[in-house]
Amino acid sequence: MPEPVLRLEGLRKNFGSLVVTDDVTLDVVPGEMHAIIGPNGAGKTTLINQISGLIPPDEGRILFAGADVTGLPPEARALRGLARSFQITSILPGFSVLENVALAVQARAGSSLRFVGRAADEAALNLPAMAALEQTGIADRARVPAGELSHGEKRALELAIALAMQPTLLLLDEPMAGIGREETERQVELLLRLKGEMTMVLVEHDMAAVFALADRISVLIRGRVLVTGLPEAVRADPQVVTAYLGEQME
Amino acid sequence: MTGATLVAGNGARAFRAKRDIVLPTVIFLVFALLPVFTALTAEQYLLDSATRIMVFAVAAVALDLLVGYCGLISFGHAAFIGLGAYAVGILSAEGVGDALVALPVAVAVSMLLAWITGIVCLRTKGVYFIMITLAFGQMVYFVATSLAPYGGDNGLTIAARNTIAGLALLKSDRSFYYFTLLCLLATYLLCRALIVSRFGRVLRGARENATRMATIGFTVRRFQLVAYVIAGGLGGVSGFLLGNSTEFVSPEYMSWQRSGELIVMVILGGVGTLDGAIIGSAVYLFAEEWLSRTFEAWQAIFGPLLVLVVLFARGGLIGLTAQLRRRFGHA
Repeated sequence: MPEPVLRLEGLRKNFGSLVVTDDVTLDVVPGEMHAIIGPNGAGKTTLINQISGLIPPDEGRILFAGADVTGLPPEARALRGLARSFQITSILPGFSVLENVALAVQARAGSSLRFVGRAADEAALNLPAMAALEQTGIADRARVPAGELSHGEKRALELAIALAMQPTLLLLDEPMAGIGREETERQVELLLRLKGEMTMVLVEHDMAAVFALADRISVLIRGRVLVTGLPEAVRADPQVVTAYLGEQME
Repeated sequence: MTGATLVAGNGARAFRAKRDIVLPTVIFLVFALLPVFTALTAEQYLLDSATRIMVFAVAAVALDLLVGYCGLISFGHAAFIGLGAYAVGILSAEGVGDALVALPVAVAVSMLLAWITGIVCLRTKGVYFIMITLAFGQMVYFVATSLAPYGGDNGLTIAARNTIAGLALLKSDRSFYYFTLLCLLATYLLCRALIVSRFGRVLRGARENATRMATIGFTVRRFQLVAYVIAGGLGGVSGFLLGNSTEFVSPEYMSWQRSGELIVMVILGGVGTLDGAIIGSAVYLFAEEWLSRTFEAWQAIFGPLLVLVVLFARGGLIGLTAQLRRRFGHA
């Protein structure tokens, strides 16, 4: 088995007396699409927040590309190639769609202590940004203020921002949440195309999407990893069926 | 929607529309032509008032860089004005009266203070940032009041205006006026360039959504610190000009009331517009001078006026004019 891109070791997080992450140990191997599923309140988003650095774990270690990043702030993890999308859309509403993505390109380019020149007109930033928008299918909306996008388009923008970072690991926090059937299908198609190009961790409630996309699935119940395995094995696991999938699959 | 977002004083507004060139052109033309008018009418006091307005506008524009574009409400900005003025005063008392020394020193000292205090202040957010900048401002104020060799509480009279390379170029009020105008123009153009640059885009982005900026890889605080240092340095420029224009330095220059006045100027004119900071300084200082002349408790009038502006013109005076223009005909 190859060296994992992401390794979580004994991760633990409490909010007061509530245990939200309970001794989570998990490997994500290069190139795989690793889905994390579980009922509401299982601690999926909290786990993603710990991986991306927004919330520090109480205990345990996070290793990314072989290095311990547990103590690193989110920006340092981002520059190492860890990108994420948010469940609750997190964009810059007053900026144009293009500038939202161009900023991600700019962060990678590194030279942001540049005080002259009009950033919004820089082809070196705009062209890669435009490419990411084309990939996610909202290139025609590039000049629109991001706040004016429809919900589905905002989800696509989230993904474009993450792609512009050219990540080695992409964390997707419910990319299909609240969007229509057609948009979900398009999103699944896009993610299928991206599969293999980068490693992905997918948190999602849409089970049809999860089983269409995932190489491996981890089931999270009350902060604990109940089981990790191939989709067929997870689907057939009696424990999982009782705890979660039973209600989902009806 | 596009109109509404602009009027809301959106800091993300990148200068593009035509009127973004028209308004500053008008402002600077008025300042440039004012001495011609005063020469014809012999209204000397008008020149003094306008000089004072431009001096404070330098600091207000710099403060708008923080308030309007970074979302950082600094309540200690007058400290930098005071430092700049004291640099002129102390150097002059020690026999150094040239602007080629005094101006760089004023700027360097202010930037240094901004850098040291900024590292601490930027660890806080929101109301705590306001309080800690206020605290640092007051610290500098009390240091100045205890500077016994340089006048302490009473302040320090400056023997003469700075020379430039030994030449008394700033001696006449009119040439000093134009020198001040030049400083204001340079400040304005610098800030405008900063805002649309890569650097400024990071600041504006962080103001809209700091979490997003962090997760795409920006150490937001680092950029804010640079902005804070730049704004501090420009405050020093304003102080250099203030010391030279009044030929007097006093701890009062850096009292917290002065810091509050600067914030009022920025809000009054329109946060996040730069033009608004200049207009706000002009209106505030003009009101102070005229209202106080006719009515001792002028702030009793000015206070409610300010409340009205904040309540009904959320984009300050600039926002108000834009609203009126839309209501009455053309946009």
